[in-house]
Amino acid sequence: MTSSTAAAVVTAASPFPGERPVTDAVVREHNLNEVEYGRILELLGRTPTLTELGVFSALWSEHCSYKHSKPVLQTFPTAGPQVVQGPGENAGVLRLPDGWAVAFKIESHNHPSAVEPYQGAATGVGGILRDVFTMGARPVAVLNSLRFGPLDQPRNRYLFAGVVRGVGDYGNCVGIPTLGGEVGFAPGYTGNPLVNAMCVGLLRESDLIRAAAHGVGNVLLCVGARTGRDGIHGASFASEELSERSEARRPQVQVGDPFTEKLLLEASLELITSGLIVAIQDMGAAGLTSSSAEMAARGGVGVEIDTGLVPTREAGMTPYEILLSESQERMLVVAEPYRVEEIQRVCAKWELGAEPIGHVTDDGIFRVRHHGLVVAAIPGQRLVDDCPIYQPAAREGEDARARRTAKPQRPARTDLQGALELLLDSPNLASKRWVYEQYDSTVQASTVLGPGGDAGVLQVPGTAFGLAVTVDCNNRLVALDPYEGGKAAVAEAARNIACTGAVPLGITDCLNFGNPEKPEVFFQFREACRGIADACRAFDTPVTGGNVSFYNESPAGAVDPTPTIGMVGLLARVADRVPSHFSTPGDEILLLGATRGGLGGSAYWTEVFDFIGGSPAPVDLAAERSLQRLLASAAGRGLLRSAHDASEGGLAVALAEAAMGDAYVESGFGAVADLGAYADGVPAEAILYGEDGARVVTSAAPSNVDALVSLAGEHGVPVHRAGRVGERGGALELRLGGRLFTWSIGALRRIYYTAIPRRMRHPDVDRSAGA
Amino acid sequence: MLTVAVVRFPGSNCDVDALRAVERVGVMAQFVWHRDTSLHGADIVILPGGFSYGDYLRSGAIARFSPVMQAVQRHAADGGPVLGICNGFQILCEAHLLPGALLRNAGLAFVSKPVDVVVERTATAFTSVFEPGVRLRLPVAHGDGRFVAAEDTLRMLEAEGRVVLRYVPATEESPLQPNPNGSANHIAGISNATGTVVGLMPHPERVADPLLGVPDGLGFFTSLAAWRPPVSTLSTPNP
Repeated sequence: MTSSTAAAVVTAASPFPGERPVTDAVVREHNLNEVEYGRILELLGRTPTLTELGVFSALWSEHCSYKHSKPVLQTFPTAGPQVVQGPGENAGVLRLPDGWAVAFKIESHNHPSAVEPYQGAATGVGGILRDVFTMGARPVAVLNSLRFGPLDQPRNRYLFAGVVRGVGDYGNCVGIPTLGGEVGFAPGYTGNPLVNAMCVGLLRESDLIRAAAHGVGNVLLCVGARTGRDGIHGASFASEELSERSEARRPQVQVGDPFTEKLLLEASLELITSGLIVAIQDMGAAGLTSSSAEMAARGGVGVEIDTGLVPTREAGMTPYEILLSESQERMLVVAEPYRVEEIQRVCAKWELGAEPIGHVTDDGIFRVRHHGLVVAAIPGQRLVDDCPIYQPAAREGEDARARRTAKPQRPARTDLQGALELLLDSPNLASKRWVYEQYDSTVQASTVLGPGGDAGVLQVPGTAFGLAVTVDCNNRLVALDPYEGGKAAVAEAARNIACTGAVPLGITDCLNFGNPEKPEVFFQFREACRGIADACRAFDTPVTGGNVSFYNESPAGAVDPTPTIGMVGLLARVADRVPSHFSTPGDEILLLGATRGGLGGSAYWTEVFDFIGGSPAPVDLAAERSLQRLLASAAGRGLLRSAHDASEGGLAVALAEAAMGDAYVESGFGAVADLGAYADGVPAEAILYGEDGARVVTSAAPSNVDALVSLAGEHGVPVHRAGRVGERGGALELRLGGRLFTWSIGALRRIYYTAIPRRMRHPDVDRSAGA
Repeated sequence: MLTVAVVRFPGSNCDVDALRAVERVGVMAQFVWHRDTSLHGADIVILPGGFSYGDYLRSGAIARFSPVMQAVQRHAADGGPVLGICNGFQILCEAHLLPGALLRNAGLAFVSKPVDVVVERTATAFTSVFEPGVRLRLPVAHGDGRFVAAEDTLRMLEAEGRVVLRYVPATEESPLQPNPNGSANHIAGISNATGTVVGLMPHPERVADPLLGVPDGLGFFTSLAAWRPPVSTLSTPNP
């Protein structure tokens, strides 16, 4: 094959001795279709070597190329006065006061976690930490969003326990507090759990460093762990559906070493802040291949590396293996040649190696040698940019449309009184204490509000201000109505941020969907993204980056569409933060926002009627925005004693949660609320358990109530003065529809705080059964 | 003027927290690297929490062989105060500066939560400002926090009043606050005979800032700030 088109830059490369010839079968094995392979032939003007084929297969995998999602992602709003760095870098960066900035990003590690939950989850955390500290930011918080099948199946309990342990062991060892997260359970995740990890880091804006290679002649160094044979083709694995054969992929799951990560973190930050290096990038998905090719493309230069110089764990690794290994805790660094010794000294102090493996060139070619022999030579920019982009067909599934108009058919499993207990016992709504107690949430001594509330809050050390952080997605709403569900995910995240008193600043997203080549899946993706984009525009919270995870399918079908939203907000004064729970008997309880009684997609219908369906309540973005502003303003004036978002489970669950208190108070508080004169014409079950957005349960000292009510009026937010916080250990009493519902707070606490440990048979469960 | 050395091992991750807590009470603090063979004249040493050397062999087992530990041993032998927090406590036990050992939590899982403890011994360099019996709420975050010791060692610790902190056992009123790790005698912290070397599993340095919540950990650092070398060592020149 010697014919070349006008566009081809003909390069020469030799097969590595012993490597297989590239045949049609080998091409298919590399998950490249005919169009893509044709593009490769055209671009090279010759048949690729096996090494080159491996490089294309990794960079043109869905995971690295975004080939099915790029046109949709381009519709996201990404600009704003607070944006320092939008999508396209290792992490997004937003501006904070006093020269500070926040770098943050969320990423999935679903496929590895499905076959090896502990290492899959651990390395997911490791990867996202590196994405943040390669921007020059010190990680100050991690969050995670997890989905599993129901806990009555042993395999799901195994995956859940393994993932939580993996997330915990990694973050705990590196010393990054986990400040929040969410965990959901639904049958659709049984064969394909979701593991999304988010990291938030702080930096001085002046220390920001970008991953673009510059300076012809500059040296490329491989810093950190040695390269082994683990994780080869992990990026391609992440770009196919899970099947019975996926177990055989276990060797493709990387193995994490958080101790080396901690050393790498300290060494990288020292290299960056001391100005010793030009650029740095994590060797993450597709390892050395993607880090070197992407850094070169961003800088508009070529690179030449010699895989024979890369420190390996074992002898005899081929250039193919070295290029595609996803061994963890490795960084690629670009530096001026005269800095190499100093860089090596810094790394040696942290017990790490730093080996020169190549240099920046001026010919734009991605060239790989192995002990001198050229085994790959590909026009670099085209390697990164020329992957075919697809515009898949999008069509809503028939069953999805039918489910939206359906109503519960089966009789209720319990009455309105029992429904609250049933909901609080559902692992979806119950306290996630069993999870977050395995995560260090106070290391770094800056935690203002830890897990278990609406959003985590941390103080920016040495300043008066703080950051609020959260991850959210109600996948049931997205499944029923992807557009409204996408809006709802952003709105809930913003509400959680606002409940603490903070102002939402921006988001990162982790878009978990099924196979995009299926029209009904691509419809979900496109519509959910449209919803996210509209909500972000309405809230002035630009998208700063994120991750797309397609092919989340098991033989049983696709997962619920799950676009997880990670959001950060700015709390101007940490001292003003508002907790989620009632704290003071005699405080007045005020409900902010309007109740229309939307039960579509509600937890109530799901748990009490075994029915997932109906049309989710449309998200009123203007009402959400007004509520966010009211909450920040009220917190800044010290008017709120507590604020808690009403979302899954509706007002009854939100009131119960606010009254029960956190896991560590000796008892919760009673609460009396009159909902009789509230939400005219809405039936009792929909007042109690409906899931309209833009609603928050607050408490305020009696002396602040008038000011709060008038402030709400100024913001156009409806207020209902519902009742009062009662004594410790009392009862939740709700009056509506001529009836009085009463629940003992102690009994509700017992249900809520033991629901998950009871199912996991936690040894603590008997001792903590009281409340 | 007092100075405090916060020792950094590879894998220490509460080093900055400890330094900030010391500075909060107006005492000078500096990091000392694990390869250093001197404490650079520091009066007080803190071994902070973390996962020194990844805790890969056994928590604290490798750190005790760090070059700096010989200096810490000499400092302790000379009556200098040493505070080990969490991983630092584990290192002090491994280095035999304190008796006993810290094993895997009884629940076999990492546990991170606030726990209630009672300050029992106040005649130490780090608890002198507390009233005996005062109850504090401090965070724990560890996988290996179950204190164990031989029967006679436990009897000796109790008889000599060397239990510094004890977890408040679960009660009817406080059922969610049990001993988090299954420690013998609910022990959360101990000292050497003279009260100069103290090891704690809970993290006082994380709750020393009133802005973050009730600063129950601050007293450990105001105690440290109030510590003075015994007069004899000040007035008598070395022979």
